[in-house]
Amino acid sequence: MGLFGALVAKLSRSKISDLDWDQARRELLASDIGPALTDHVIEAAKKIKGDDARAGLLSALSELISSKPRGLDLQPPLSVFLIVGINGTGKTTSAAKLAHHLKATGVSVALGAGDTFRAAAVEQLQTWGSRIGVDVISGKEQSEPASVAFDAVQFARDNQRQLLIVDTAGRLHNKSDLMNELGKIKRVIEKIAPVTEVLLVLDATTGQNALTQAKVFSESVGVTGLILTKMDGSAKGGFALAVENHMSIPIKFIGTGEAIGDFQPFDSAAYLSSLLDE
Amino acid sequence: MFESLSSKFSSAFSSLRSRGKITASDIDQVCNEIYQGLLEADVALGVVESFIEKVKSKSLSALPTLQSGSNQAQAIFDIVNAELIAILGGEARRVRLAKNPPTVIMLAGLQGAGKTTLAGKLAKYFKDLGDTPLLVASDLQRPNAVNQLQIVGESISVPVFAPEPGNGVGNPVEVAKGGLAFARSKLHNIVIVDTAGRLGVDDEMMKQASDIRDAINPDEILFVVDAMIGQDAVKTAQAFKVGVGFDGVVLTKLDGDARGGAALSIAVLTGKPIMFASTGEKLGDFDLFHPDRMASRILGMGDVATLAEQAKKALDGESSARLEEKFVKGEDFTLEDFLEQLEAMSKMGSMGKLLSMLPGSGAMKKQIDNFDESEIVRTKAIVQSMTPQERIEPKILNGSRRARIAAGSGRKVQEVNALVDKFSAAQKMMKQMRNGGGMPPGMALPPGMPAAPRMGKGPSTPPKKKSRSGNPAKRAVEENS
Repeated sequence: MGLFGALVAKLSRSKISDLDWDQARRELLASDIGPALTDHVIEAAKKIKGDDARAGLLSALSELISSKPRGLDLQPPLSVFLIVGINGTGKTTSAAKLAHHLKATGVSVALGAGDTFRAAAVEQLQTWGSRIGVDVISGKEQSEPASVAFDAVQFARDNQRQLLIVDTAGRLHNKSDLMNELGKIKRVIEKIAPVTEVLLVLDATTGQNALTQAKVFSESVGVTGLILTKMDGSAKGGFALAVENHMSIPIKFIGTGEAIGDFQPFDSAAYLSSLLDE
Repeated sequence: MFESLSSKFSSAFSSLRSRGKITASDIDQVCNEIYQGLLEADVALGVVESFIEKVKSKSLSALPTLQSGSNQAQAIFDIVNAELIAILGGEARRVRLAKNPPTVIMLAGLQGAGKTTLAGKLAKYFKDLGDTPLLVASDLQRPNAVNQLQIVGESISVPVFAPEPGNGVGNPVEVAKGGLAFARSKLHNIVIVDTAGRLGVDDEMMKQASDIRDAINPDEILFVVDAMIGQDAVKTAQAFKVGVGFDGVVLTKLDGDARGGAALSIAVLTGKPIMFASTGEKLGDFDLFHPDRMASRILGMGDVATLAEQAKKALDGESSARLEEKFVKGEDFTLEDFLEQLEAMSKMGSMGKLLSMLPGSGAMKKQIDNFDESEIVRTKAIVQSMTPQERIEPKILNGSRRARIAAGSGRKVQEVNALVDKFSAAQKMMKQMRNGGGMPPGMALPPGMPAAPRMGKGPSTPPKKKSRSGNPAKRAVEENS
């Protein structure tokens, strides 16, 4: 059942019982959009009158969505995208998927293996790189990530790439030394080429902590978009609606599986109606 | 960790304590606040509701038996505490070892929960206990998961059974079986099988997990789950329970600032104990999960029991006994003791984690998270540049002595000053703790509440407060911890 399920059908009728509203509230809460936004949406829904309740609800939900563009900012001659997030959300996989996605549209891409911390993270990206035919620039394990990023951006510039995607180590947002390291990586890259996108990878199974993650990562490196991963599971990632609403950071892509092609640009209309209809 | 939840609880209770006589509507109000707090902390809705219902009915039925005065609030607090402990699973449970070794432990969970890292931590945990663990690389899905496990194994000198390269090549069921046979032939007494991450809705992968289970018949299947998981915990836990079944839960990424609702949800929804907590990226950042201590943390009472235990582990017997004696007798800590502790602390793991176990640490959360670990090295340098007398009697540190110490340690005079100031603050805090005032002002303790959880067993235990909990569940925990 989607967010409102049965409620939508009942909205156009005259009477909705408290029980129905409670059911709707429970479903909203279960999607992780959070208690505050749940109350907000319920209030909006209660005001909707008339025959086309579904359209009314959709428009109420659409107002929560960020109006910022969802396209990627590619500036010639060379742009750099930074992939950031906490541990285990799927940064390395998303970096590879994004590279593959953009390569297919004709962009010349290179990958920078900036996760020098986790064991075998570099090899993981290299494996992806060789599968999708994209160069992966890496340093030694445990080496300084900013210096790897610098080497990577030099490589991208010297080899006339249009885009460098830099994977970074997972870091919990409450570790400020690691957050500072991220700022340093960004500054070092920008000596050579602009970082035009900072993409925060959020795991759809996360709860309200995702909002804190979005807030703190934004404060330290200016997040320009979200990649919502593990959307093929049972979790709906409702917190993303709250992130869009409170922070106006648009969801740009969603990850829907382990294969390289399981990755799509975010379609807000489809997302919202899937919340209502499913 | 958990500081938001604990601050919700403290504010709910401080308003309760300010009442002279508690009425049923006060209880309603406190329950409402707790309800909101739990939802914001990602506790599953059903769990929140049943928790509130229990607390409410127990509180209401206890109300008429309570005399007016602040011990009413305390009684309600005890009910919440006991209920939290009951939810979190009562006592810590250890791994059940097989009668005929090897003991086989299988890990399962979503992608990115932290299984591979956990496999390494578990292996290190057993190795430190004198066991001979073997790691088995059955995650053949994620690129270079095998490689990652090999590197982890190498760093802790635990062998890794990895006959298949992974990256989609090889059969994880066969690898698991082979690993078990290998362990038998080489007399490893613990086998830890890492498996690929899988979603609860992925039937094919869940089938693979149950095939692995059937092939190796594990003694313990551990469900590894990210402490930041949201309401989906309900569906995911259920899917794993049905799909592969598990005996215990491991919570990972507890060093983040998630409000920890997952711990409550998972424990209730699965009916399985949370056995371990994983609290950092280093392989030593790992501990048994103690429900009573977690409840104290949620309620903002700190976790001195764990702190004391870790201290005991790190300090050698003699100096540990000496410190405890000092603590009990009420003697001051000197910089000499401090230096000894610093050295022991380097053995115990990160300072931030230690600090966060102190009562009332929620209030200094930011500072703790931002603790610069190399500060310990610098601090040691400063203390080592002092004369023995200066260490015992910091009062004599005048300007020229401070300048000498600064030069000797290669630090600035300001840093020496800061250290001396911090040290006397710490000294004061120790005194406060001992005198029963664990928490900083603003979180005043009600009378009759123990200052801090007890510090261990045996003769070295500080004198017990005479007021034992009137709540049977809580008392049982106090006596068993």
